[in-house]
Amino acid sequence: MSESVTEAEALARGLPPDDEGPGIWQRYGVVALFLGPALVLLAVWVVYPTIRTIIRSFYDRSGDEFIGLDNYQTLFSDDTLLTAIRNNVLWLLIVPALVTAIGLVFAVLLERVRFSVAFKVAVFMPMAISLFAAGVIWRLMYEKDPDQGTVNAAIAVVKDAVSPSGVLSAAQPSTDALEGGPRGGLVLKTPLAAGGVAQLGLTGIRSSDVPADAEQAVVPEPLQGGITGVVWRDFKPGGGTAGEVEDEELGLPGVTVELRDDSGRSVLDTRTEADGTFAFEEVEAGSYRPAIGPDTFSEPFAGVSWLGASLITPAIMLSYIWVWAGFAMVVIAAGLAAIPRDLLEAARTDGATERQVFRRVTIPLLAPVLTVVFITMLIYVLKVFDIVIAVAPGSVQDDANVIALAMWRTSFGGINDFGLGAAIAVFLFLLVIPILAVNIRRFRREV
Amino acid sequence: MTTAELEAQAPGAREETTSARLVRYLSKTPVYLFLAFLGLLWLVPTLGLFFTSLLQPSVVGTSGWWEILSEPSLGTLDNYREILDNEAITSALLTTLWVSLGATILPIFLAALAAYAFAWLEFPGRDWLFLIVVALLVVPIQMALIPIFSLYNDLGLFDTILGLILFHTAFGLPFAIFLLRNFFIGIPKDLLEAARIDGASEMRIFLRLILPLGLPAVASLAIFQFLWVWNDLLVALTFARDTQPITVAIFSQMRQFSANIEIIAPAAFVSLAIPLAVFFAFQRYFVEGLLAGSVK
Repeated sequence: MSESVTEAEALARGLPPDDEGPGIWQRYGVVALFLGPALVLLAVWVVYPTIRTIIRSFYDRSGDEFIGLDNYQTLFSDDTLLTAIRNNVLWLLIVPALVTAIGLVFAVLLERVRFSVAFKVAVFMPMAISLFAAGVIWRLMYEKDPDQGTVNAAIAVVKDAVSPSGVLSAAQPSTDALEGGPRGGLVLKTPLAAGGVAQLGLTGIRSSDVPADAEQAVVPEPLQGGITGVVWRDFKPGGGTAGEVEDEELGLPGVTVELRDDSGRSVLDTRTEADGTFAFEEVEAGSYRPAIGPDTFSEPFAGVSWLGASLITPAIMLSYIWVWAGFAMVVIAAGLAAIPRDLLEAARTDGATERQVFRRVTIPLLAPVLTVVFITMLIYVLKVFDIVIAVAPGSVQDDANVIALAMWRTSFGGINDFGLGAAIAVFLFLLVIPILAVNIRRFRREV
Repeated sequence: MTTAELEAQAPGAREETTSARLVRYLSKTPVYLFLAFLGLLWLVPTLGLFFTSLLQPSVVGTSGWWEILSEPSLGTLDNYREILDNEAITSALLTTLWVSLGATILPIFLAALAAYAFAWLEFPGRDWLFLIVVALLVVPIQMALIPIFSLYNDLGLFDTILGLILFHTAFGLPFAIFLLRNFFIGIPKDLLEAARIDGASEMRIFLRLILPLGLPAVASLAIFQFLWVWNDLLVALTFARDTQPITVAIFSQMRQFSANIEIIAPAAFVSLAIPLAVFFAFQRYFVEGLLAGSVK
């Protein structure tokens, strides 16, 4: 009887029965059935390649010759690869901290309002999108032409509000009565006194650039004690005389005209009417030279080249932060919600200001959550790949390079040097291990 | 709280709270406005892609997507019709779908089996082996690319759906095993022992008892793994050439980005519509998965 009890007990614990024979093999057979497939896959696709890659990193491109640490030497001397390492260091220093900080700000703001679901969804949504698709999105956003790229279009709107671009950015003087250039403005050569009339002719203006409200140009009457004049488009289809206001020639409205004294200082300024005329009504005695102000010729905003070599890395970082801010926000908001209310209330009753409560109570209590977000970001940033390859056009990938991208490009992107590629992979592996060791320990504690 | 209490409290209290609430809302208006601004700022890029995908090919190189808002006639569904007629894009979408489904079901099933063994079967070296499997979490995908590339060339798995599925499966296993084992171990021991004494086989216990009980963990794992594979670029770019998933198909159009926007934009939008739908349907499983995903 007692034997059957132990047998039942053994059975219940999933133990092989004590006695030898077919039972024990059946037991191990079950274990093998459950564990086998997973272990085989792990062995072939993870363990074997890891060992192979480490070995491969000591061999040359062809894989035939052992070259010791040469590949690792190249890793720290090749310009492109050094750029990759430097960029990745920048990523590690900047992005996790910024994402955590932005997430904290968002989470705190969320705490203060109700009906925050829409905001949460809007900010968190990029998380569902792949980093590659996010890269496509931002490649569009960063187009240089302000008519196409959203970021530059927004900058253009702000810039136009602050300092409007010139009416006539490409205009030239029509005769040599004017001198100077777009920088300092175009100045009439012969000085005028009160009662003088200035004719300031311009050419090189495309019809489409002529302001829509322009009318037939008119030479104004001389003005007692004042200086008058006209700024016009000195171009008549089918010919005409340069320097003369003729039929069908349009006045240029909205042009800034300055009156400069002998020393070249601007004493007065005004704007032209629809027919191109302008007038300075009361002018002190002396000689003046009218000038078309330089702001008339200022170039319209051409767009910041976000995708150019110098800005590409910050631009990609920005898009990356756009993706991850929602993650940080949601995790930190959960942490905030878990802070006991009475603790905050107690601090307030003790006379702490809101700022003190935040810095001395909330932040320390949130520290574990902030650490989780920060470390998670460190690991993702260390392996950043998709978004870089998607946002950076091929021509600036050398400048936008990061370790994971360098590994792929070296191995599969045309260079096809498996030895060096393996060395880069091992380097990445070595960087990941310490961070992950911390993370896994945290994970085991948690679960 | 009883109704009597409620009534006793009601008149004065309610009046006070209404006015107090109003004051509180007004004082918070700046915060609301700021949040609304930020929320809009966060939406603009995605909306930009969507509206760009609707721009007529003739204006796509000259107009910004925002012009469609004031001039709806600039928009058309032709770009979408075009890519759905484009065999390269549709077959890429199908490839992505098969790879994602395969590389979700297979690793989770295999991981559940292994997790059951680690949780409820006793054999020598069990904890040791489990530790090794968990330790494999640290291996970055990059460590496997080169040897597997050579292996796939030898085995004929290069440029196949199966090759992609197996790769994603293997790299999905350590985390899935880790998570499921920790979930399974929380299942009451009595349930299992009762089933064993009743003479049920281990496989039967696993299929009939453990898997149904572990469904919440399996579901969140499945969602995350599905999105992970659907969104993958690195593995697909390395092991696929003609049998390419959608990310690679879009990527290959990006060499001439401006010229191909009318293909890239709608294809990218279609490719992110599925993850977006999954995200909206299962939001709460999402964050856990992301936190966990960092160890991949």
